Amino acid sequence: MATNEVKVLGSWPSPFAMRPRIALNLKSLTYEYIEEKLWEGKSELLLQSNPVYKKIPVLIHGYNKPICESLIIVQYIDEAWSSGPSILPSDPCERAVARFWAAYLDDKWFPAVKSIGVAKGEEAKKAAIALVEEGLALMEEAYDKCSKGKGYFGGDEVGYLDIAFGSFLGWLRVTEKFNAMKLLDEGKTPGLVKWADRFCSHAAVKDVMPDTDKLAEFGKFVIAKIRAAGAAAEMH
Amino acid sequence: MAGELVLLDFWPSPFGMRSRIALAEKGIPYEYREEDLRNKSDLLLQMNPVHKKIPVLIHNGKPVCESVIQVQYIDEVWHDKAPLIPSDPYQRAVARFWVDFIDKKIYELGSKIWKTKGEEQANAKKEFIECLKLLEGELGDKTYFGGESLGYVDVALVPFYSWFYAYEKCGDFSIEAECPKMIAWVKRCMQKESVAKSLPDQEKVYEFILQLKKVFGIE
Repeated sequence: MATNEVKVLGSWPSPFAMRPRIALNLKSLTYEYIEEKLWEGKSELLLQSNPVYKKIPVLIHGYNKPICESLIIVQYIDEAWSSGPSILPSDPCERAVARFWAAYLDDKWFPAVKSIGVAKGEEAKKAAIALVEEGLALMEEAYDKCSKGKGYFGGDEVGYLDIAFGSFLGWLRVTEKFNAMKLLDEGKTPGLVKWADRFCSHAAVKDVMPDTDKLAEFGKFVIAKIRAAGAAAEMH
Repeated sequence: MAGELVLLDFWPSPFGMRSRIALAEKGIPYEYREEDLRNKSDLLLQMNPVHKKIPVLIHNGKPVCESVIQVQYIDEVWHDKAPLIPSDPYQRAVARFWVDFIDKKIYELGSKIWKTKGEEQANAKKEFIECLKLLEGELGDKTYFGGESLGYVDVALVPFYSWFYAYEKCGDFSIEAECPKMIAWVKRCMQKESVAKSLPDQEKVYEFILQLKKVFGIE
């Protein structure tokens, strides 16, 4: 493998795996994409390049540089190919804001989205939905402040926070579909509704964003597995 | 570039210690404000409305929340003094990976050690030591994780040393016996004024934990 070759180990339904691919596309970089069929077992390459977590995505640059954790990979792509369009803002204050919201989405918001599907009972489900809606209200405000009237959190172009948040849109839409509700709403989050369409149709995004129906089918499969594991655990 | 700098913090917080060390390493003066977490100040609630947590770094009236974000911010704004984050993109990614690992594992496992008993505590101790051993592997033969000088990973990890005595007493084990390289690295870090002045006394932290255990009704 040439020293400048790039490989990405990913999985099509994973929002985290989308992130490096969007970043590479923004920088107009070619790369080899390797689909890991996680439910069939992890490849040797994955286990070798991410021995600590054994998770996708992993970016392998050249023959000896594996990089793990999606947001760390995105920052790496931005810094290693600094001549392309910038992904992170240049101002330290704005960088801190972008990093803050990305961490919030990963640590608090998306786990709440996931928990809607497997919530035990109506109360738990309502609480999860409330958290998700609260988060969207926060993100609408953040979008207003960060975009400064332009189309993306990053301004004129897709940036770090667009990638971090936008990668969750597929699963957000699946959640809306499964629960017959609107979470992104023209009334409550008008800015985000328009931003979401803009993001999903962006050249760097549209080929890596999974189709909502396909994702919904996969979602049913995952929920069934989680429920079965839960039931099995309760039997012991 | 100094402007007005305030750190809202709580003395035993390993997360607050990270920012203290970073600012001290760079010789940046700031105002330290102790928060009473049972009675959070209006300023804290205003500056961190999402999480309502310390530490919060306020620079010229603008808040920076989350300790790892603060350390990166401090390093970027005062980039000419004592750089903490590597300049090479790959070394940076590696450093960020280990800081993220420390964030995911060390605090939570440490908390389980002092909060739980029996099998849960035993499992937490085992995993905690495994994590420290992984970090020892990453350190290798280097003086610091950052090489010849204190770096991002050093700043992120060393604050937890102030809690080691409490973990050891509560968990009835010796971290030095299991991870001597880690303790040797800690001692090198503690020789630095920026670290020694930013970490509270271990006995004091242990007393604090004992108080917390009483409050939470944990034996």
